[in-house]
Amino acid sequence: MTFSEKPNAVPAVEMQEITLRFPGVLANDRVNFTMYPGEIHALLGENGAGKSTLMNALTGLYKPQSGEIRIHGKKVSFNSPKDAIAHGIGMVHQHFMLVENQTVTENILIGLDTPRFGLNLKKYDDEVSHLAEQFGIHIDPTARIWQLSVGEQQRVEILKILYRGADILIMDEPTAVLAPQEADELMDTLKEMAAQGKAIAFISHKLAEVKQVADKLTVLRRGRATAERVDLQEYTRESLASLMVGREVIFNLHKCEQEPGREILRLEAVCALNNKNLPALRDVDLSLHEGEIFGIAGVAGNGQSELVEVITGLRECSGNVWLEGKNIANKPPSFSISQGLAHIPEDRIGVGTAPNLSLTGNIIMKRYDQEPVSQKWQLNYVAADALAGNLKDEYDIQAPSVQTQARKLSGGNLQKLILARELSSTPRLIVAMQPTRGLDIGAIEGVRQLLLRQRELGTAILLVSEDLDELLSLSDRIAVMYEGHVVGVLCSGDFDITNIGLMMTGTLPQDLPPEQEAPKDPAPGSASAFDEVLDHVKDYEQIEQAIPPAGQPVIITEEELPPAEDPDAGLSEKERVLRKVLGKKYAEGDEE
Amino acid sequence: MNWIEIFRSGISTGTVLLIAAIGEILTERSGIQNLGVEGMMLVGAMAGFKIAYQTGNVWLGLLAAIAAGGLLSLAHAVVTIHFQADQTVSGLSLTFLGTGLALVLGEGLTGQVAPIIPRASVPLLSQIPYLGQVVFSDHNLLVYFGYLLVPITWYYINKTRPGLHLRAVGENPAAADTLGVNIYRTRYLYTFVGGCFAGLAGAAISVAIAPGWYSNLTVNGQGWIAVALVIFAHWNPWRAALGGYLFGVLRRFTLDLQGPRMLFGLANPFFFNTNLVFFLQMTPYLLTIIALVWGSSAARKKRIGSPAALGTAYQRGERGR
Repeated sequence: MTFSEKPNAVPAVEMQEITLRFPGVLANDRVNFTMYPGEIHALLGENGAGKSTLMNALTGLYKPQSGEIRIHGKKVSFNSPKDAIAHGIGMVHQHFMLVENQTVTENILIGLDTPRFGLNLKKYDDEVSHLAEQFGIHIDPTARIWQLSVGEQQRVEILKILYRGADILIMDEPTAVLAPQEADELMDTLKEMAAQGKAIAFISHKLAEVKQVADKLTVLRRGRATAERVDLQEYTRESLASLMVGREVIFNLHKCEQEPGREILRLEAVCALNNKNLPALRDVDLSLHEGEIFGIAGVAGNGQSELVEVITGLRECSGNVWLEGKNIANKPPSFSISQGLAHIPEDRIGVGTAPNLSLTGNIIMKRYDQEPVSQKWQLNYVAADALAGNLKDEYDIQAPSVQTQARKLSGGNLQKLILARELSSTPRLIVAMQPTRGLDIGAIEGVRQLLLRQRELGTAILLVSEDLDELLSLSDRIAVMYEGHVVGVLCSGDFDITNIGLMMTGTLPQDLPPEQEAPKDPAPGSASAFDEVLDHVKDYEQIEQAIPPAGQPVIITEEELPPAEDPDAGLSEKERVLRKVLGKKYAEGDEE
Repeated sequence: MNWIEIFRSGISTGTVLLIAAIGEILTERSGIQNLGVEGMMLVGAMAGFKIAYQTGNVWLGLLAAIAAGGLLSLAHAVVTIHFQADQTVSGLSLTFLGTGLALVLGEGLTGQVAPIIPRASVPLLSQIPYLGQVVFSDHNLLVYFGYLLVPITWYYINKTRPGLHLRAVGENPAAADTLGVNIYRTRYLYTFVGGCFAGLAGAAISVAIAPGWYSNLTVNGQGWIAVALVIFAHWNPWRAALGGYLFGVLRRFTLDLQGPRMLFGLANPFFFNTNLVFFLQMTPYLLTIIALVWGSSAARKKRIGSPAALGTAYQRGERGR
């Protein structure tokens, strides 16, 4: 048991009957939220359920219309974030609140009363390093924010709060922006902080990570709590999901069996440079067929973005890109679009939509020159609005009207808007990059079903994703990319998360440890070479199974584990690499 | 040509640009763009000259100029910070408003003589050959004020706590807000300070460097040059000083170029053909454009540039970019 359960412990946070109303929206309706020191408390809910609003009331950004907030037993009323900080409350926002061209230390010092006037950064650099070490965080205090990776930036945010002596931390969807291995590091940091007595509220809509890290749980749906401070063990993934969404969620999507048809897309020896003029794609050959979802796996930055840009005509390349017999390499996007190409880009706001245009404006972007929207030399806005209205209903885009600006939509609705535009043009090929990233469960389900529907209609779909679960459940074939090469292609029957993980690190037979007798001089990437990898993987899976888990049999709960134990101890070198690439979630397998 | 005189007067006239530009740097660093510098300078020039003329005390005139520029800038602050109106439009209106006010209130001042800010030399330093003569000898007191202003502003912006808050508010107001920095107060303050400096810059013309009131020819577009200078300077006081003095020297140089009959042993074309003088007068502005283009591409490479939130109103909890 965590020490929060001691009989006379005072809750760190007690929010009672909180009601918060915005013009036209009831964001929080009599919500209770209680949290004890040393506890990680997950706040689960879909986008727009009121999680962030509730927490912003705790940080003093919003003022609730009714309800009570007690901090360590004392009733408080916050007028500004400064009041909340004074009570030891700090929040790591989903979109980092950092000043890009200032140093780590400078960012930490903003808003503090000391130093009084002169900054004397050197002294504070040392203080920051010291504080970071205390919680096992690695950071260079003199680095400027724009030089840091997203994971490091998040550590700055955490340090900002710790430096203020906060003992109540709020993490707003902290893993949404992180790569799997960064997310694992974050989880370790959070557990370390909880062990030191901090109370941590963890906002999320990802069930897996909530199960991984949290002690207690509160679920919100449309501003109301559907579960308040419950134990996580009592719930399965499915029951949690239905608490969030309010209906059954289909985790295993129905994918009908069908034979792929004729070839739609063919890449031959495609090479391209990235933005820094370094090779990003090296001799990529791919082939996509009708009614096939072709997944691209890989650690971010191994050429996936460039591949998508080459196919959609946004990046120059050498080699050939055949779309139904026509070479679309280095052709303008308008040509590819006329040949039936649809693009669901990674960056929904910057590339996917024009944020300041209306729904209608965004919908007609690809068909402004077609009847009935185009009438001789002018646009028929009546027809355009009608078209947008139909698509808004068909794709269930939640917006007041078709005149609403796209930037006012939530992430899920924005993605639906893009899908409505792209899929309604009856494409032959869909290039989708991270189509569900950052969306909540309900929206993810919707997007995946739309993609499967297109597959049934015989469209070829290229799906680039960093979510391996998504790739495994949707794809007919998966290609793994590493440093611009396609390391290998797996077919639906052979999917194995461990194999894919090994290939994502670029593991080829010649890289394997010497005690494994490697073939003398295998051709890289050839079928036989790849079989070798699979054999080795099997070997060491067996070794893993042979060793009984240390300590007690069967299930070991979090509390019983000695706190300081290195989670990676006793693992083989390769297992460590795998964990780094895939995150623990995958390496340990899904126990749920 | 007297090179020492060219540099001397370049530094004098450059001081006006420097003061106005530093004020605008402070304002823009907080995320507010005030294009009304020209108007505020004109009001400052008029107020400074009028009060100095009426009271016979030039220091009172200087104070009046600072107050007038500051007050006018508050109009911009209310419109853009409180009512969140477009900063470009408001700034342009401020120029018209300021020009109109100055011309009406300055009626009858043309041709009058008012006391001016005294001149002084720096002991010892003025004895340095050439440099002493150019930089430290017999300058208006405001010129020395300009010298001090540059390092002080730089230190204030980069090395102090209020400066840190100023930068944070201009770069990422939402971040500063969550840490308890009062965005509205900060922006009001620095818009006001920028206005005060613009007013002072105006008075630096009318009661110090080029004394007199010549209606809207008093300032004659220098407010706009100051705005451009801020961009050229990448919001850095040192570069603003460099640009201001350089521009001052150029203006004087092009004037002096028209004087002599012979240049480098050849007939001086600017002396004999008055039409060519127009082109000569363009060169400082042409150079401004070139410097801007060159400066901004260099800035992109080094990742320095305008404050990220420049020109955008701040409101809590607003969605979208």
